[in-house]
Amino acid sequence: MLIYTLKRLVVALLVALTISLISFGLLYLSGDPATTIAGESANQAAIEAIREQYGFNRPLYEQYFAWVGRALQGDFGTSFYFKVPVTDLIFERLPVTLGLGLSAIAFAIVLSIPLGVLAARYPNSIVDRLALTISVMGQAMPSFWFALLLIMVFSFMYPLLPSSGSETWVHFIMPTVVLGYYATPAIMRLTRTGMLEVLGADYIRTARAKGLRPRVVLFKHALRNAIIPVVSLSAVQLGFMLGGSIVVETIFALHGTGYLAWESIRRYDLPTVQAILLVFSLIYIVLTFLADLLNAWLDPRIRVG
Amino acid sequence: MAAITIPAAEDIVGPTPGQRLRKRIIGHRGVMIGAVILAIIVLMALLAPLLAPHDPYTQNLGNRIVPPVWTDGGSWVHPLGTDGLGRDYLSRLMYGAQISLFIGFATALISGVIGTVMGVAAGYFGGRVDLVVTFLITCRLSMPVILVSLAVVALVGSSLTVVVMVLGVLLWDRYAVVMRSATMQVRSLDYVAAASAAGCSTWRILVSEILPNVMNPLIVVATLEVAHAVLLEAALSFLGLGVQPPLPSWGLMISEGKDYLLFEAWLITIPGICLFALLLAINLLGDGVRDVTAPENRS
Amino acid sequence: MAALLEVENLRVDIPLGAGDLHAVRGISFQVDRGETLCIVGESGCGKSLTSLSLMDLLPPKARRSADRLAFDGIDLAKVAPSAMSDIRGNRMAMIFQEPMTSLNPAYTIGNQLEEALLRHRNVSGREARERAVHLLEKVGITGAASRLGQYPHQLSGGLRQRVMIAMALMCGPELILADEPTTALDVTIQAQILHLMIELQKEFGMGMILITHDLGIVARVADKVAVMYAGQIVESGTVNEVFENPMHPYTQGLLRCIPVPGKTRRGEPLGSIPGIVPSLIGEMKGCAFANRCPYTFEACLTTDVPLFETGSNPNAGRGYRCLLSEQQCIENAKEVA
Repeated sequence: MLIYTLKRLVVALLVALTISLISFGLLYLSGDPATTIAGESANQAAIEAIREQYGFNRPLYEQYFAWVGRALQGDFGTSFYFKVPVTDLIFERLPVTLGLGLSAIAFAIVLSIPLGVLAARYPNSIVDRLALTISVMGQAMPSFWFALLLIMVFSFMYPLLPSSGSETWVHFIMPTVVLGYYATPAIMRLTRTGMLEVLGADYIRTARAKGLRPRVVLFKHALRNAIIPVVSLSAVQLGFMLGGSIVVETIFALHGTGYLAWESIRRYDLPTVQAILLVFSLIYIVLTFLADLLNAWLDPRIRVG
Repeated sequence: MAAITIPAAEDIVGPTPGQRLRKRIIGHRGVMIGAVILAIIVLMALLAPLLAPHDPYTQNLGNRIVPPVWTDGGSWVHPLGTDGLGRDYLSRLMYGAQISLFIGFATALISGVIGTVMGVAAGYFGGRVDLVVTFLITCRLSMPVILVSLAVVALVGSSLTVVVMVLGVLLWDRYAVVMRSATMQVRSLDYVAAASAAGCSTWRILVSEILPNVMNPLIVVATLEVAHAVLLEAALSFLGLGVQPPLPSWGLMISEGKDYLLFEAWLITIPGICLFALLLAINLLGDGVRDVTAPENRS
Repeated sequence: MAALLEVENLRVDIPLGAGDLHAVRGISFQVDRGETLCIVGESGCGKSLTSLSLMDLLPPKARRSADRLAFDGIDLAKVAPSAMSDIRGNRMAMIFQEPMTSLNPAYTIGNQLEEALLRHRNVSGREARERAVHLLEKVGITGAASRLGQYPHQLSGGLRQRVMIAMALMCGPELILADEPTTALDVTIQAQILHLMIELQKEFGMGMILITHDLGIVARVADKVAVMYAGQIVESGTVNEVFENPMHPYTQGLLRCIPVPGKTRRGEPLGSIPGIVPSLIGEMKGCAFANRCPYTFEACLTTDVPLFETGSNPNAGRGYRCLLSEQQCIENAKEVA
């Protein structure tokens, strides 16, 4: 288990390193970053001054190491647009995004795991059809369109929920549903196929032969084994929600990191974009790392090797 | 005199695999629904120049936001009404189908080539190649597609080509994952070992033994990735960093319509329904192909 | 007094697209306390489905019917599912063929042993634990107490099957159903496990149904034998009667397939039964064995053969399903030997 953990840790660090290179590379994607910052109309002297100020005239590797070095100390530079430290900007808004992501994944799990279990227990029943319909619809529903439909119905036709802002928990209801619904099909399908497979296993027959109650067979013996891959999928989906939050936060004007990402991209605020890409990727890396550990812990065949 | 009825030859031999496949395709409701919807949308896109009642770009500011024909004030001149700049909505939808389909297929092609090469290489050669590919997949999955593509499109400049290139370079992960495991499975089969024992070159084994046998999962992934690309293009365009106006991308149309959300909801619902129908059709086809080619996967 | 288990005209049908698969076609037998019945037959003859149907563990599609299906006087055909689950694992227990996959990988041995007792008896966790340790020792597992905390993947196949046996014994059942319990194990382990099962069966006075295709096992453990072919019992009786005086051509064929020390000469080919088992889909006319039988005559193809009762003791269940006269059968047997 220790060796397993260490191996995963090394991979996670290497991935983080690669992502930091890509984040850094974003700066040069538009050609000359100094021109991008100064704007099209700036004269040569102003561009030169910016180049000097941000150190764009130094060799690339020096710039990279300086950037990573500062990033490791939690310093991502100053936002071109907001003129405040990027770190403050992100951490001020991260709670909104994390709160949204967690409530969305909770929504998705609460909806999809029971449905997936029942669909597998009663194949081709009404529950199974319902689960299939929800997952097929969920796959085909663009989240931005779904969000607009919800606003149309619940903010305008029946003014029950606010369509924008992030002041109270009520503001989070629709964003949670939109973001959570996005993750539902995958989790539900995996639960269903996993349960179907497990329910056909010999040890389920053993459990029934012991005279255990159907509920105990289903939840203690079957779900416990089928849930293992669902745990890592949920972590991965939570990571994907960081990306999804950009769309959802933009539509509902939730002032989280996703909204900040969109604002910064539109304003060519490169230090902020770089930092958000790195932070989002790091969160994803940590999540999958934790999921791997949780997975190993849940599966005695890995834990007690 | 034979009392134990000897089954007729057809009962033992049964239908040929081709016949059975055809029967399963026809009998699969998802595939049929998906195919019909997709066929309608493809026809709409192909025949847009012939069938569209108006030019999709001609503005008529005196004739803005005409409602669709089934509501008060609508007329058959503009069956689905006009948008905020007085452009015919039906014509824009038809040309929009071209954009969605083009982006979907072009992206799936680019990412499919990248992902398949990586996945097959990893699965066939294993060892270090596999380590590197797996690492690349992990890196790719760590970055949110939408964030990276928004940033790149914003920095490089948004156009149809850029969107296709960016999505194509980003969406190869699922191909690589699936092709890797499919290739590993096929590689361990006896006939591949036999081919390599017979002295076939690596290239020959890859092309004539491995590739035909990983075709089914490849088709399934490709179908689902077309849908993925269509969805992402719509989202990028909706956020204003995908296809640029005046091109009639469905995502862009929804974005333009959202200012009229309160009173002219059809401006959003109509392109949204088209997008939903297209994604539904492609997903149904993809799931159906998976069921039909591997029926044991779904009871 | 009635037997512990009475089965009359048990049928198991599996609906398929092309018509019903009649997997078990009306079989009858009895098992008493302290008695071992061996059901013998080739794979696919319906012997596993017979045992699963007794436990009400058939796959969801399969249908069971019987004229009488009584366990200690309780009509199993009429009992509610919840009452059936009260009997299952409690008074009737089953040991399966696949020890490698029959234990849940996610729980410890102790947990899986104890839950059977906790389900059926009002005992404390400690008592369940003690019972588990006691039975693990009983089935010959050393260091029983420390094994309780182990997971299935940490045990060998032989150990797992011993655990399965201990698990079946947790509630002190009156009837044990064992479906090829040693098939998946190494030969040396097979003998140990078998020996253990006979010992325990005698010690606890349980009734046992042992399903096997191995006539060597039958000869060593059975009191009674039922030979199954194509979903029917083609011959039944005490082990001595059946082995010494096989009546049915199929039984005779089976017995020719095992080498007998001192009788089978070195290099002499063992017997085999040519042909294949007929399809069990749809109705079957005539004798199911007719297409493989060396003595088939006209009537075999058209007449449904009943089970002819024979033997001096009508309660011994001696019977055979063949149209040949008793005298003819006995002569065939001699000829074969």
